[in-house]
Amino acid sequence: MVQDLLLPILKHEQKKSGYISEAAIKRISIQTGIPVSRIFGVATFYSMFHTKPQGKNMIEVCHGPSCHLNGSFNVLKSLYKSLKIKPGETTKDKKFSLHTCSCIGCCDKGPAMLLNGKQYTLLDETKLKAIIKKCRS
Amino acid sequence: MISLKINNIDVKGKEGDMILDVAKRYGIDIPHFCKNDRLERIGACRICVVEAKGQQKLIASCCTPIREGMEINTHSRRVMEARRTNMELLLANHDLNCVTCKKNLSCKLQRYAEEMMIDEITFSGDKRLYEVDHSSISIRRDNNKCILCGQCTRICNDIQTVNAIGIQNRGFHNKIAPPFGMNMHESACVNCGQCVIACPTGALTEKSDIQGVIDALRSDKFLIAQTAPSIRATLGECFGMPPGTPVTGKMVTALREAGFDKVFDTDLAADICIIEEATEFIKRFKENKDLPLITTCCPAWIKFGEQFFFEELHHMSSCRSPQAIMASLIKTYYAEKIGKKPEDIVLVDIMPCTAKKFEIKRPEFTGEADFVLTTVELGKLFKLLNVDFINLEESDFDNPLGESTGAAAIFGHTGGVMEAALRTAADWLTGEDLKEIDYKKIRSMDTLKEAELTIGGKQIKACVVHTLGEARRLLEQIRQGTCPYHFIEIMACYGGCIGGGGQPLPTDKERLIKRTKALIDEDEHKDIRKSHHNKSAIKLYKEYLGDFGGKKAHKLLHTEYYKRDYV
Ligand code: SF4
Ligand code: SF4
Ligand code: SF4
Ligand code: FES
Repeated sequence: MVQDLLLPILKHEQKKSGYISEAAIKRISIQTGIPVSRIFGVATFYSMFHTKPQGKNMIEVCHGPSCHLNGSFNVLKSLYKSLKIKPGETTKDKKFSLHTCSCIGCCDKGPAMLLNGKQYTLLDETKLKAIIKKCRS
Repeated sequence: MISLKINNIDVKGKEGDMILDVAKRYGIDIPHFCKNDRLERIGACRICVVEAKGQQKLIASCCTPIREGMEINTHSRRVMEARRTNMELLLANHDLNCVTCKKNLSCKLQRYAEEMMIDEITFSGDKRLYEVDHSSISIRRDNNKCILCGQCTRICNDIQTVNAIGIQNRGFHNKIAPPFGMNMHESACVNCGQCVIACPTGALTEKSDIQGVIDALRSDKFLIAQTAPSIRATLGECFGMPPGTPVTGKMVTALREAGFDKVFDTDLAADICIIEEATEFIKRFKENKDLPLITTCCPAWIKFGEQFFFEELHHMSSCRSPQAIMASLIKTYYAEKIGKKPEDIVLVDIMPCTAKKFEIKRPEFTGEADFVLTTVELGKLFKLLNVDFINLEESDFDNPLGESTGAAAIFGHTGGVMEAALRTAADWLTGEDLKEIDYKKIRSMDTLKEAELTIGGKQIKACVVHTLGEARRLLEQIRQGTCPYHFIEIMACYGGCIGGGGQPLPTDKERLIKRTKALIDEDEHKDIRKSHHNKSAIKLYKEYLGDFGGKKAHKLLHTEYYKRDYV
């Protein structure tokens, strides 16, 4: 089924362009015959896909139950303080994008997050400040 | 035959029948949201759960087939508790502004909540807050009232193949919307309203024009109403009458009581439409040019064609829809006749359909019809103005735009336009007044129907489709040059206009058949059953329009189509 091909196609597009643009969805629709509204639905369903351009650094804060209990909301608060963005948003200078994600397997060392795919654990405000500073320099 | 017990009653059903459908046949109503007889059963809402003896889990009755010896309980304690929990979860995330909701008193969510005696919601949590989408001319989308049953998107995608809306995001942020954050107006929506009649809640409703009409009725303008062929077969349902009760005479009286100065019959325009279309067909048939010819009474189909099949638009008849023909005649011929300026006349169209709201706003029809009210809106207007509909005397349409034939009466159901056109075309091609005028084969509810007639050794192949998915298949054939037909009728709505997006709910197949029968009865009881025998229409051509398909007729009764970009 052509529908089964959609996920790999979207993955490829995400990897190639960093996000799945409107133009890309329209192109894929013409190539596969799958309606735009459905492709958009799939692209917005999976958290691994983004439909807007993303910042250079991708932060994904775990909001699994364990991290939640360990204060993942404080991580988001601290990040808001330094970056002025909420989950789903990108900084104006296009340097950072912030998302939440489901469990990344660091339950013993929460709260945790991924920065460009790399794990950072036992987060607190000081640690986060240092991480952001490093990315900015 | 399979035997089983439902609530201790012995029942029987066929292999493959679902529990819910068998129960219904025996008068047991199991609540359901996501089940829609026109769609695959997906078992999403779980409100239809029942208990089967010996089975641990509750089962979704809409998509579980019956088995020999089953013992089903549709209202056991466990079932009622589970259903209640499901309902409460839906309601916990609902805005619950019933009194100001358009679906108030016709909403399924509200009805079930009442039947299950839910007087308190024990869950609490964040509620979604969405902006209401007022952008479309025809449809209002309010995600705050959506229970995510998915019927609208499946109708729009699978049946209509318009794909204007889809399900997006996940979890709490799940919602129904056009892609890329577009609003309904910017989307590919063709305004058919089939999603509106599928929606069990107030999330999708027609855009209301009632206030505008009331203001006009209270002004010093000259008010005219025209009523489409299908309204007389459905309006009674708004007042609790059985489906298929014809209410033509009461409807006319009620419109007068509401304050309209004249009430004209769109059926007359339907007869004129047939005269023009049959003229066009015979010309093309004789020249063997631009065939098949496709009817253009349905504005949802026209927008669909303009978006998806621009290259094939020359197959569309240039003839306006009956609504637009009547509007044109009222603002030209009739205005002149009564010595009024067109802008001093307010024309209100009573239509079965949300797409007609879009049609009157097409730039080429500027200054013609002023408002469209759907059947449901007209029912509401009468209630608002305290018109005692049920007890009204009957009365006739006004002249000179009030006479119609049996051919026009059947415009309201699928196959009717084709049947009417064939009656006229066959007479004209043979030069006789044919007695055989019933084309019963194209009256059924099948979504693709064919008729053939042989005239002077030549065969005419006609085809009737309803639903836009079926239309898409035909148009693709035309594109590839494999379409065998000469003449095609397309209606966007299942069942034709009697199943339009503005008709009273519920619109299911059973009701559609009853509504169809009302129109066929009207046709059979008319003395004149062919459009070209309509005396008022013929007089109008003599006095004002000139030749059939002539220059003036073209100017006033025909139109053009455009390429439309879509997403
Ligand atoms: S959709 Fe139904 S339950 Fe919701 S506010 Fe409207 S009437 Fe009430
Ligand atoms: S009105 Fe018709 S085209 Fe528009 S969203 Fe509803 S089903 Fe789709
Ligand atoms: S808009 Fe209506 S039909 Fe569509 S998913 Fe929501 S409740 Fe169901
Ligand atoms: S009606 Fe059966 S699961 Fe929705």
